[in-house]
Amino acid sequence: MQMTRDLRIVSVQEWREAAEGTVSVRGLSAWYGRHRALTDVSLEVRPRSVTALIGPSGCGKSTLLRCLNRMHEVVLGATVSGQVLLEDEDVYGSGVDPVSVRRRVGMVFQQPNPFPTMSIYDNVAAGLRLAGTRNRGVLDGKVEQALRQAALWDEVKDKLRKPGTALSGGQQQRLCIARALAVDPEVLLMDEPASALDPVATARIEELMVELKRDYTVVVVTHNMQQAARVSDYTAFLLSEDGGGGALVEYGETRQVFEEPRDERTRDYVTGRL
Amino acid sequence: MARELRTGMLPPRVRRASINWGDRAFHGITTGFALLIAALVALLVLELATESVPALSRFGPGFLASTSWNPVTGEFGALPFIYGTLATSALALALAWPIGVGAAAFLTELAPRFVRSILGTMVEMLAAVPSVVYGLWGVFVLVPLLRERVEPWLIERLGVLPVFSGPPFGLGVFAAGLLLAVMILPTLASVSREAMSAVPRGQREALLALGATRWEVIRAVVLAQARSGLVAATVLALGRALGETMATVMVIGNSPSINVSIFAPASTMASVIANDFNEATGLQKAVLLELGLILLVVSLAVNTAARLMAARSTR
Repeated sequence: MQMTRDLRIVSVQEWREAAEGTVSVRGLSAWYGRHRALTDVSLEVRPRSVTALIGPSGCGKSTLLRCLNRMHEVVLGATVSGQVLLEDEDVYGSGVDPVSVRRRVGMVFQQPNPFPTMSIYDNVAAGLRLAGTRNRGVLDGKVEQALRQAALWDEVKDKLRKPGTALSGGQQQRLCIARALAVDPEVLLMDEPASALDPVATARIEELMVELKRDYTVVVVTHNMQQAARVSDYTAFLLSEDGGGGALVEYGETRQVFEEPRDERTRDYVTGRL
Repeated sequence: MARELRTGMLPPRVRRASINWGDRAFHGITTGFALLIAALVALLVLELATESVPALSRFGPGFLASTSWNPVTGEFGALPFIYGTLATSALALALAWPIGVGAAAFLTELAPRFVRSILGTMVEMLAAVPSVVYGLWGVFVLVPLLRERVEPWLIERLGVLPVFSGPPFGLGVFAAGLLLAVMILPTLASVSREAMSAVPRGQREALLALGATRWEVIRAVVLAQARSGLVAATVLALGRALGETMATVMVIGNSPSINVSIFAPASTMASVIANDFNEATGLQKAVLLELGLILLVVSLAVNTAARLMAARSTR
């Protein structure tokens, strides 16, 4: 932190840092062609915390996640209305380049998907190179830092030139986390990041999520309620009723959502009756 | 051998249950058909080899490097035809490759769904046009156009370069290369398209989510991961260009000579065989058969290479 030479600037900086990584979803609806997947969702994601999105299959939780970094529109025929504010900028505002949004909001997918034609090093460096970083020393430093953050450095430091696909499933997923962290995003989105992994690898990813919230805002989609209860600070429960597209039923601190749900549907879901 | 394999693979009880005379007969007949195909290829090679013995013993390996072609004095060399075959095929590949791969990338990555299916089908249909029809189009449309407009234009502007020098014949390596390019385009486009659409969706999304543009995704993910499929498409297209006969005969000008200029007439191995087989006797016949043998071996090698690479890409 900067020395208190100018008190005002320091406070502005602190204010900035406090706001960094805030995501505000306002009146968000999403469609795949004519099919409505998400209906009028509004929620405030707290910075430097883990927010879990839970709900039954087809409730729109993954769609909501993909709307946060404009990955939803990558699917042919997919459309969105409403706002997603990153700090105070609407990522769907006119003239906003989805490429710049995705540099600020990283994503980890359900299936570990390292690039098979690239080495471990190049996988992590891929985003940096896209952003134009060519300096070898800078790349080396950032790659190591990202791999350390993803708790993978010690396992791969001697084989950075090996292909990323030679790693185990859990290591591959941590490689994908390192790849997303290397470009230094403010927010990290994780779409069921452990559902393709064994219990040991899952535990490591969960530990990692708790670690990462010190520096990043983490939003995780999970169908595993124990996982949501273990790792998240806040939980949003979504439900699609009458095929009308998923809506937000309840959102609050994880302990409250799981132990004292306000909505009966939330209670039914978290107690396994839905 | 086949029976051993079967007993080795199946547990005894299952094998006893599967003994059935209908099955056995069917097995025998289909095995026979399969062997027949292999035997046909082997016989073809054998026949070409024995029939070309007079040429093989007379000229030896020097045949490949000699440029003489004189049926009257009995002097023959294969070099002009090897040159013609390689020059037209290389030109065709150079012209068709960017277009074919570009079209495939457009169809898999950028085009809206309905355009994909319509254009995709049209590309496949190009492959079904008989080569003599391409030849007709070449003779009556392409060659006059080249002679009167394209070649004079190129000679005027780039004539200082030896490749673009000389009189605009129309008929020649350039015409043949262009026509072959059109003919191999559907092969290139459709095989490349398959290779590109085999790249998993998650791979594209992974790079997009890192802040890549569509072009960066095509370059760093789609082309990179479809590479062996693209090589297979290239080699398959090359195989077609090397062996194409009818269309080439009609537009290449049929001259057993080597010229620096791509506007000059030439001959390929395939075109000289098609042109001369009617009047060829004795030694000249053996020479043509030896050219056929060379062409067959080269085509088989190219096709085998393509298959090996395609198998590697789908692994």
